[in-house]
Amino acid sequence: MGLFIAQLLTGLANAATLFLVASGLSLIFGVTRIVNFAHGSFYMLGAFVGYSLMQVLPGAIGFWASVLLSGLIVGLIGVVVEMLVLRPVYKAPELFQLVATFGVILVIQDLALMIWGAEDLLGPRAPGLKGVVRIMGEPVPLYDLALIAMTPFVLFALWYLIARTRLGVLVRAATQDREMVAALGVNQAWLFTGVFFLGAALAGLGGAIQLPKGGADLLMDFNILAAIFVVVVIGGMGSLPGAYIAAVLISVLNVFGVSYLPQSTLVLMFVVMAVVLTIRPYGLLGREEVAGEHGQVGEPDRPIKPAGVRARVIVGIGLLLLLALPMADSHFLVILATDIIIFALFAASLHFLLGLGGLVSFGHAAFFGAGAYVAALLVSHANAPMELAFLLAPVGAGMAALIIGWLCLRLTGVYFAMLTLALAQLLWSLVFQWDEFTGGDDGLVNIWPAKWLSEANSYFYFTAIVGVGGIILLRHMAHSPFGFALRAARDSQRQAEATGIDTKRVQWMAFTVAGVLAGVAGGLFVFSKGSVFPNELEIAKSFDGLIVVFLGGVKTLSGGVVGAASLELVKDYLTRFEYWRLALGLLIIFVVIVAPTGIVGSLRSLLERVRGSST
Amino acid sequence: MPARRAVISMLELQGVNSFYGRAHILRDLSFSVGTGEVVSLLGRNGAGKTTTVKSIMQLVKPASGSVNFDGHELVGTPTHKVAKLGIGYVPEERRIFTDLTISENLEVGRQPPREGVFEWTTDILFELFPNLAERRNNRGKALSGGEQQMLSIARTLMGNPRLLLLDEPSEGIAPVIVEQMAQTILKLKAEGLPVLLSEQNLHFARMVSDRAVIIEGGLKKYDGTFTELDASPQVREAFLSV
Repeated sequence: MGLFIAQLLTGLANAATLFLVASGLSLIFGVTRIVNFAHGSFYMLGAFVGYSLMQVLPGAIGFWASVLLSGLIVGLIGVVVEMLVLRPVYKAPELFQLVATFGVILVIQDLALMIWGAEDLLGPRAPGLKGVVRIMGEPVPLYDLALIAMTPFVLFALWYLIARTRLGVLVRAATQDREMVAALGVNQAWLFTGVFFLGAALAGLGGAIQLPKGGADLLMDFNILAAIFVVVVIGGMGSLPGAYIAAVLISVLNVFGVSYLPQSTLVLMFVVMAVVLTIRPYGLLGREEVAGEHGQVGEPDRPIKPAGVRARVIVGIGLLLLLALPMADSHFLVILATDIIIFALFAASLHFLLGLGGLVSFGHAAFFGAGAYVAALLVSHANAPMELAFLLAPVGAGMAALIIGWLCLRLTGVYFAMLTLALAQLLWSLVFQWDEFTGGDDGLVNIWPAKWLSEANSYFYFTAIVGVGGIILLRHMAHSPFGFALRAARDSQRQAEATGIDTKRVQWMAFTVAGVLAGVAGGLFVFSKGSVFPNELEIAKSFDGLIVVFLGGVKTLSGGVVGAASLELVKDYLTRFEYWRLALGLLIIFVVIVAPTGIVGSLRSLLERVRGSST
Repeated sequence: MPARRAVISMLELQGVNSFYGRAHILRDLSFSVGTGEVVSLLGRNGAGKTTTVKSIMQLVKPASGSVNFDGHELVGTPTHKVAKLGIGYVPEERRIFTDLTISENLEVGRQPPREGVFEWTTDILFELFPNLAERRNNRGKALSGGEQQMLSIARTLMGNPRLLLLDEPSEGIAPVIVEQMAQTILKLKAEGLPVLLSEQNLHFARMVSDRAVIIEGGLKKYDGTFTELDASPQVREAFLSV
């Protein structure tokens, strides 16, 4: 009994941090409709800043002052990010701001590395709260009790601010209709900045307050990201009490999971989420998101059309050059080109889903990883020949997509995106924790192609044929009746339904197709590298896919491929430098601000302008 | 053409051109609203009435031309500053905040008192719109269409406007309520509040306004009193009949 209560209290104390960070994310999303992926980075900064301040400010007062100051400083950093990075892109196409926040993650990662170094920092204990109390014989840290006592006050203060003050009324009104709020004389730009400050400050506070229980390290940003998304989704987007309940639920279950089912800790969170969303699709206290409620911003989409003769000739020449590449006799170039083709196929499959289907998936890496792991598992456990394993890779990925797609497509918009992320994480944690079967963190190695493909050049040709074939297949589908139906469902679900299209079914098929082709890319990948590790399924990989699709241009057909090729080349070049993340992050932010329609979209407008002025 | 009126113009549009993407909606539109005047902007669906109102609010940015409000140029001014200058906007779709209570909706519209302008309070507005008073703690979504329209007007009045833009307030509302609304507008007029009313309902427009501006295809076709308009059935038939 005593142990049970002690564990319960530990869970509640952990919930404090989780709630602080998640409530900030929820708040920012509620008002600005921006899914702030950099929220984990604000949390990490809070920890680092708090650590430094606690070195300087002594005693109990110094400790708590450091915590508050960390919140303030991180809040101000949030303001800088909002004003410099997000303001220029509020009017950009839907969700384009995501890419900007990816850029911010990279920049903050390297800045933290520069300032605080690569070593994990152990957080100082809180002065005056270092001891433990015995509750039914079990030791419970005083600091935990302080956190438990504090959280309801934070919840109440936030609730009061949102529900009872003029600022809160304006914020809620802006959540619903920004333009109308402006038309009533409120400067909503300032409102957004204010909300961003508050959201970032909460994340910073969360980072600082967990120092005595943990510390500060460079992996904190991604580590908390999945958890806070889960909390926000389970609680219901925009609901503070919901976030609190969900934070408690997740943290308490996690503590019990660690003691009773140690292999399940990572999976548990996502299982809880899947269960909650099956019963209540919009979270415990959330309300239904009406898709398209906030209107589409930016210019209307241009119709896409099959490539003209000239474009086909250019692409044909490009392909010939690609096939002639091995003649350059550079092993390095061939490997790089193989990587690029694989990544381009992965990106093209995501682009199919995102650009044509309007389905923003945050977890597309799941299918890439599923393909890679299915092939690798078949080879290492069943001694399957490479050909068979390669053929079954897309089948496995397709089956995963069939199931995940069915679960996720019951939701729309951000809920859909979040659920794809969570289910991808579920798959990742399965792979990561099921040591005996998947090799866990050590991955699966010695997965080499069959003899006839063992040369780098022959594998390159194999990749080129399969990869380019896959991309052409996707393009072909875009111009087929299936592609028309998919775009119709994206642009107006109701209208499409009224003309007799079963939109959910079409989207489910598209989700599966995208999964299958991502699986092909995964299969190609595993045999080109000879190994696979869990990081092929992780969030960062899904983000990479999103970055290239957005950078290439969501609304252009070739966007995914062009973006993938550009990013791989740039990465290959930049990773030679120590602070390549900083450079890449800045580059991404720069592209987002300068070319909000993506590389292809901007090149096209530029071309049209040049042509327009010459005639 | 009617003789020039002696009223000083409060709002003056001059050669306004507005676009939606490539579609040219307003073509060199010029007209004015004088102090204390109620002007009806008439025209068929798609004539450009809503675009005119939005071009004043800068919710649609005019490509050329000028919108002058009491000495301030509005073209290029951000929307919230247009509202701060004293233009109260009641949109066609009402756009009340359905998740907020009625009192909270009014709070969003509240602006500090303005010198020389009637100062609206929730008490006065609840007197003017008794239906809203009874349901002040209900959410906006619980209201009927007519009540939402009342709330939208009341919310805008909380900003103590010096000029009111009403975009098709009678649309989709029961005739009894339209009658009540006409009385409300006449009360506002008696307070000295100038109104630009975009309307399709000629009967309603005639009840409340001094002057009519008719547009068709974004071009001004008529500008004059209702008496003159009544005398020229060909104008009514050409631009107003369905």
